[in-house]
Amino acid sequence: MTATTVEGAVQTEVVRAPRPAPARIPFSRIVTVELRKSFDTRSGFWLMASIGILAVIATGATILFAPDDQLTYDNFAAAIGFPMAVVLPVIAVLSVTSEWSQRTGLTSFTLVPHRGRVIGAKLAVTVGVGVASMLLAAAIGALGNLLGSTIAGTDTVWDVSALELAYIVLANVLGMLIGFMLGVLLRNSAAAIVGYFVISFVLVPLSMLLAQSQAWFEKAQPWVDFNFAQGYLFNGDMSGQHWAQIGVTSLFWLIIPMTIGLWSVLRSEVK
Amino acid sequence: MIKVDSLTKRYGAFTAVDDVSFTARPGRVTGFLGPNGAGKSTSMRVMVGLTPATSGYAEVSARRFADLPNPGLEVGVLLDASAQHAGRTGREILTIAQRTMGLPAGRVDEMLERVSLTPTESGRRVRNYSLGMRQRLGIATALLGDPEVLILDEPANGLDPAGIRWMRDLLRGYADQGGTVLLSSHLLHEIEVIADDLVVIGNGRIVAQGTKAELLASAGTLVRTRDVPTLSRALVDADVEFSPMTDALRVEADPDVVGQVALRAGVALTELRAADGAGLEEMFLELTADTQREGVAA
Repeated sequence: MTATTVEGAVQTEVVRAPRPAPARIPFSRIVTVELRKSFDTRSGFWLMASIGILAVIATGATILFAPDDQLTYDNFAAAIGFPMAVVLPVIAVLSVTSEWSQRTGLTSFTLVPHRGRVIGAKLAVTVGVGVASMLLAAAIGALGNLLGSTIAGTDTVWDVSALELAYIVLANVLGMLIGFMLGVLLRNSAAAIVGYFVISFVLVPLSMLLAQSQAWFEKAQPWVDFNFAQGYLFNGDMSGQHWAQIGVTSLFWLIIPMTIGLWSVLRSEVK
Repeated sequence: MIKVDSLTKRYGAFTAVDDVSFTARPGRVTGFLGPNGAGKSTSMRVMVGLTPATSGYAEVSARRFADLPNPGLEVGVLLDASAQHAGRTGREILTIAQRTMGLPAGRVDEMLERVSLTPTESGRRVRNYSLGMRQRLGIATALLGDPEVLILDEPANGLDPAGIRWMRDLLRGYADQGGTVLLSSHLLHEIEVIADDLVVIGNGRIVAQGTKAELLASAGTLVRTRDVPTLSRALVDADVEFSPMTDALRVEADPDVVGQVALRAGVALTELRAADGAGLEEMFLELTADTQREGVAA
């Protein structure tokens, strides 16, 4: 095929007044924009609101249905903890995958042409939302504990220390990071959410069964099963070895897949 | 200024963009023309860094897109008006872009007014927008940072005739103020009325490029007469190439040359003019004939 090229006569160029080169977009600005993006749709707003709503419902249910002697802060925390473990990772997944499922990445990644910075900002927002949500949930649980024991006429039992609370917050943030990792790796909302539930709720009993029947796996389990290692955080029972087990399992379940996911996000085509 | 140099993008064995080079200059509207699937959108995605090139490169304002510190202030991009979060309002989408670029909040209202989206419309969620409204919103996002360069993929899609007219005037004004405008289309007439320069692409390759005037000139002359055989003989004798059209001849020469030939042959003409639109259309079909779907045997 021959290309017909016509040599252009040089035209008088109209030149715009030169402007100073703009400053690089600061990371903090990308973070605030990403935070805004997690609230500015109806679905995003209600997902965030559901954190508070579910915490109130779980607290109310504990006051109504738990026996009087079970109205301890530990039980309130456990009741609130379950919906948090479901909702927070979904928030983390959607913050990443919506750029692909809604195709907003076309704009996001042209306004900020470094995908790592956008993903990094999303990560910062995810961790921030996780910590803030857990503190809110803890506060709602504390109010419930006060209210519940007052209604029941029992002594208010504070059986969760600040350190134990911090462990629980960390455990939930780790759960969110698993969701975030799946979002980055799969870049598909449904697949990542299903993947999260498989890891958190399907693998757990399977791993337990295997540990019961195979002695070798029982020994290996704390070093390979992320959920199992995370369990120590919920029990508030953290030894050096437990931290090491969390570190080792995080490496395989979180850091390596996250690295693969980031690598592919940086190289993939955004359509 | 947009410079594309030897750009190639392969997907496995398929070459979507094949050694494409061209420059879109300031003060001019450059039309990127080609049939569907010719590689226009892929080329544009490479220009803005969304698709990695296999080889070659694209520069905007003399830098790679990724090296622009705040691209929204230098390049306005609209690749797909439908690629917006359906659950956000039009105003919110502009606000996100305005915040990312670090512009004053007032810019959002200015842009909504500029693209004629009313406050009621901008308060609606994008899922309820027509394609025309999405295009206007996309244009508003592209213009938000008052950039020097605009890269627009099929911006007239879904606009009504008045909207197309509005878009044409807007882009003309932008180029007249020294802006660089690159817009793609698969519709020749759409691009013919606005572009100063044309880049015609088919099957990933550039098949023609130059100023519109030159490409029109090279498309020759349209001549009509009641005595076609005599004029045909005279043109053959004058060694001028021509091709018969439905009711006229298209001659590969300037109108005054054809006029002289007709005068010497004593043939009365009913029409003699540069083969403007018809010529470019024929050229477009001709140049893309072996690359467009209709021409390919199944």
